Amino acid sequence: MSIAEIFHKARAEDRALLIGCMPAGFPTVEDSIASMIAMHEAGCDVIEVELPYSDPVMDGPVIQKASDIALGRGVRTRDTLRIIEAVARTGAPVVLMTYWNPVEKYGVNAFARDLAAAGATGMITPDLIPDEAGEWIAAADEHRIDRTFLVSPSSTDERIAMTVAQCRGFVYATALMGVTGARTAVSSQAPALVERVRHANPDMPVGVGLGVGTGTQAAEVAGFADGVIVGSALIRCVLDAPDRATGLSRLRNLSSELAEGVRNPAR
Amino acid sequence: MSAPTMPDLSGHFGRYGGRFVPEALVRALDELDAAYRTAKTDPEFQAQFKDLLLNYAGTPSLLYRAERLSQAVGAEILLKREDLNHTGAHKVRNVLGQALLAKRMGKPRVIAETGAGQHGVASATAAALLDLECVVYMGETDTERQALNVARMRMLGATVVPVTNGSRTLKDALNEALRDWVASVDTTHYLLGTAAGPHPFPEIVRDFVGGIGIEARQQCLDQLGRLPDAVAACVGGGSNAIGIFHAFVGDESVQLYGFEAGGEGVATGRHAASITGGSSGVLHGARTYVLQDDDGQTVESHSISAGLDYPGVGPEHAWLHDTGRAEYEPVTDAEAMTAFQLLCRTEGIIPAIESAHALAGAARIAPQLREELGRTPTIVVNLSGRGDKDVHTAGAYFGILDPVETLVPGENS
Repeated sequence: MSIAEIFHKARAEDRALLIGCMPAGFPTVEDSIASMIAMHEAGCDVIEVELPYSDPVMDGPVIQKASDIALGRGVRTRDTLRIIEAVARTGAPVVLMTYWNPVEKYGVNAFARDLAAAGATGMITPDLIPDEAGEWIAAADEHRIDRTFLVSPSSTDERIAMTVAQCRGFVYATALMGVTGARTAVSSQAPALVERVRHANPDMPVGVGLGVGTGTQAAEVAGFADGVIVGSALIRCVLDAPDRATGLSRLRNLSSELAEGVRNPAR
Repeated sequence: MSAPTMPDLSGHFGRYGGRFVPEALVRALDELDAAYRTAKTDPEFQAQFKDLLLNYAGTPSLLYRAERLSQAVGAEILLKREDLNHTGAHKVRNVLGQALLAKRMGKPRVIAETGAGQHGVASATAAALLDLECVVYMGETDTERQALNVARMRMLGATVVPVTNGSRTLKDALNEALRDWVASVDTTHYLLGTAAGPHPFPEIVRDFVGGIGIEARQQCLDQLGRLPDAVAACVGGGSNAIGIFHAFVGDESVQLYGFEAGGEGVATGRHAASITGGSSGVLHGARTYVLQDDDGQTVESHSISAGLDYPGVGPEHAWLHDTGRAEYEPVTDAEAMTAFQLLCRTEGIIPAIESAHALAGAARIAPQLREELGRTPTIVVNLSGRGDKDVHTAGAYFGILDPVETLVPGENS
């Protein structure tokens, strides 16, 4: 199923999708595969694999730390592709989130080809705006990878329209002006941003990320968005756990709590 | 002189430059671009900037004919004395320009990244002068190595934030400044320290420091009655180099040389030579030459000079390199320190170790140019900063910090 189809199915069920993020190779390649499979089993509809990068300017301290751990253990781009393959094989829809330089270094077309071969359906590019994405747009079209660009509360209406027009699958709305990381309250800027995206294209599903970490917050975001994207809170389950089994168990519990939230949109 | 046509409207120098940033920053970059376009043609802004440069920063800087150094290297060497500017380096030109721009945009707060602390001190200086709040991000490793500069920034009223992520050096300070900016763009101007980063920074910084080359070119015409044969500068991020190169780009007879930090030698992998030892990639908002591994992960740079210790370079240098208009060569730590000592001993000038790379490079190209031209070549060297900040590093390098050793005449040097 394509990402667009998954979103439309959730819309028909009057609920939002839950997208759970985990860095590839954190804390090891095998552990990250186990985490992602556990997240999917416990209710994450889509698994967002983040490719660890040395200079993640959109990410807060939790994802930075997890990425550093993965890179410190020597995780490579080809490991990320292998992880995607292992997770996608279980039937979980997988999208990749990656900063641009690793893709450019790999070769843009070759990356799109290998990403598609690994079974990913889409790719989110936090530091690639459509203005610079000519090569990526062509490669993603050729290899049928859905491309997700970001919109922000600071985006003008013109830029939102332009960006949404270049997205396939869904658009990623950053709920606030800031980096990734759980916050105590859902951003008040998020509903207005989603509204502006809908104005540009009512059919384009909108995933909201940045700052969501609890079931209650997930329900709140599900009340106005098509997808709820959670990263840091899930990663912290593993990062803070005393051992592997505890980490997996916390990850399952939080995933279920969030899954419950997206099924009970607060309106 | 042909008109400079780079970058294009979206900030590209050929395939380099551009904007590889989170969407959240695009509006701030657009606003900065628009504010800069109007400031550029606003006589009032230009008069303010000129006044500060003249009466506060102490420019135009001298173009000094270094007789004894010239004899030592076999070329006529003219030193562009940016080391004599207020705060001791060319960087004051950029921070004054950008701080004025921040004022003009109504932003009460500036943030900056710094490696050794020079740009941080310069930013804190401009912020104090123009009554702006100033926060400087500095890698924790660097705050320890450069405690004196941390104290300077605090004296000037700035807040210094030690960065504990990643390699805890300049590149991580830059990441952290970008993260701050994503969350604070409404009130904050990012006072970027070099001619790198996303459009319009490479162009703005180039223009603010461009006076170096404009002055040097005119000073050559006044003092020599002709243009020099070559212009030499050190290249880290590349602001002093682009500042002196730019006015000469249209002068075909003038060869442009950028000297990168070769560290322990490019072959050892321990260097900061992004152009001569790196490859094309995207880092900190622009496509340029980057030190990276096979996966596109940034590789840590190494140089005895903290100001050149950065794994990227401004995009205009990448373009000047690819088009062949400027030549870039690495200079090792050892070569730079030899030139550092030579300038101290022949001219009574202690240069920044950054600038010593340019001196070493000039000494290297002198015999080649002499052969090529069939006469003594004239080389303008950008002495981008003074060496006070490097006394400890250089003292340790030459082994002259130990008081016991200095008691025995003739054992050192």
